[in-house]
Amino acid sequence: MIEFKMPSLGADMEAGTLAEWLVKPGDHVTRGDIIAVVDTQKGLIEIEVFDDGVIDRLVLEENQKVPVGTTMALIREPAGAAVKPAAIAAPPAATGPAGPSRQPAVQLGLPAAGKATPLARRLAAEAGIDLAGVLGTGPEGVINKEDVEREIRQRSGEGPKEVAAGAESIRAAVAAAMAKSNREIPHYYLETTVDLSRALAWLSQTNSERPVKERLLLVVLYIKALAKSLRQVPDLNAYWEKGLVRQQEINIGFAISLRTGGVLIPAIREADTKSLDELMGVLNELIPRARSLRLRSSELSKSTITMTNLGEGQVEKVFGVIYPPQVAILGFGGYSSRPWAENGMLGIRPAATITLAGDHRATDGTTGSRLLMAIREYLQKPEDL
Amino acid sequence: MTEEEIRNTLCQLLTGIAPDTDPARLKPGEDIRHALELDSFDALRFIAALDEHFGINTPESDYGKITTMESLVRYISRKTAG
Repeated sequence: MIEFKMPSLGADMEAGTLAEWLVKPGDHVTRGDIIAVVDTQKGLIEIEVFDDGVIDRLVLEENQKVPVGTTMALIREPAGAAVKPAAIAAPPAATGPAGPSRQPAVQLGLPAAGKATPLARRLAAEAGIDLAGVLGTGPEGVINKEDVEREIRQRSGEGPKEVAAGAESIRAAVAAAMAKSNREIPHYYLETTVDLSRALAWLSQTNSERPVKERLLLVVLYIKALAKSLRQVPDLNAYWEKGLVRQQEINIGFAISLRTGGVLIPAIREADTKSLDELMGVLNELIPRARSLRLRSSELSKSTITMTNLGEGQVEKVFGVIYPPQVAILGFGGYSSRPWAENGMLGIRPAATITLAGDHRATDGTTGSRLLMAIREYLQKPEDL
Repeated sequence: MTEEEIRNTLCQLLTGIAPDTDPARLKPGEDIRHALELDSFDALRFIAALDEHFGINTPESDYGKITTMESLVRYISRKTAG
């Protein structure tokens, strides 16, 4: 029997509310099928199953809110597979009765959570609060008296009410992840400016022959150039987990800003193996879905590196904050006409500045520099991307 | 189609692309992308919607001619009249 658990959709997620089951006991499921919709800080997320099998039992009821790792359902392995008895963890008592108004506010889990000052522990014990669900704002995420008091206020209804996934909860998720990143990751920063005249000329030529629905945006050239460059510099396509752990797939987390504020970063899976047209197709499908807060679990948990693209007319440079456990983030600034010296001549070229923020625990500036130089090279030969 | 009808249709299409904006409040000479904070992806989807709805073909080289409501209405009435 396979236990299907509440997945973690990033370092900043601690709990999720089951909004809807899309399967019932007896249904056959195949790896990759969407079997549930979970309400998180990042919107309603479609949850995919990782195994083939038959749904045996739905453990979690709709509207129940549970921590990451809680068993949601039991899946029978297909006939022939070994059968193991499974111990089922009951949903924790802290969950409380179903119904949005009775649920505690979404907690921002940080891996350091759990450490608390003695005073905070005593206050929490008196109030019957489980510290595992409290956001620590002290040094290294230690829970202090103020954190517990805030939690008590929230539960008694005085504090800010739980918000439906939307601008505020996404803001809170970004806040937690970025605070953790800046606290723990020693960033180094590099930048290079790239002549885009060839890339833009190629794009304009290509698009002139196409109906509007098949036209490409400059950003797909960036995505592909980054993905191919990562093959050459695999140390930046990695996680930091007490050491550098290279990732097999090159899954580019693509920062999508929401008009209401906040950012979502779904993954473009195996971007190095996709053609420019395929990448454009992914964006056409992904961006509207992200903006309406309907992403899938794998899209929020599989990124191996992040890129942010400011687009034309925006500022020249963006220095990113790494999304842990990733080890690098690329920033593509807005392009503009700039003075350009080449072969002893001064001219005007469209150019963009690309930055890289790297985790100095994982790599050094020379590694980051190699990646930026590779991206620059690829963007000079757009026809080969 | 009158200019008024075109303008109303454009507002509907823009609302479809950027649901939380109010295109009806755009001033005639205001830059649409800038005012509604449309990124290049939104802009591409908007032009795709224009082409589909009005049955026109907007080449990339014309993007610069349709930055404001005023110029866009004129562009479409000319294209659809032909």
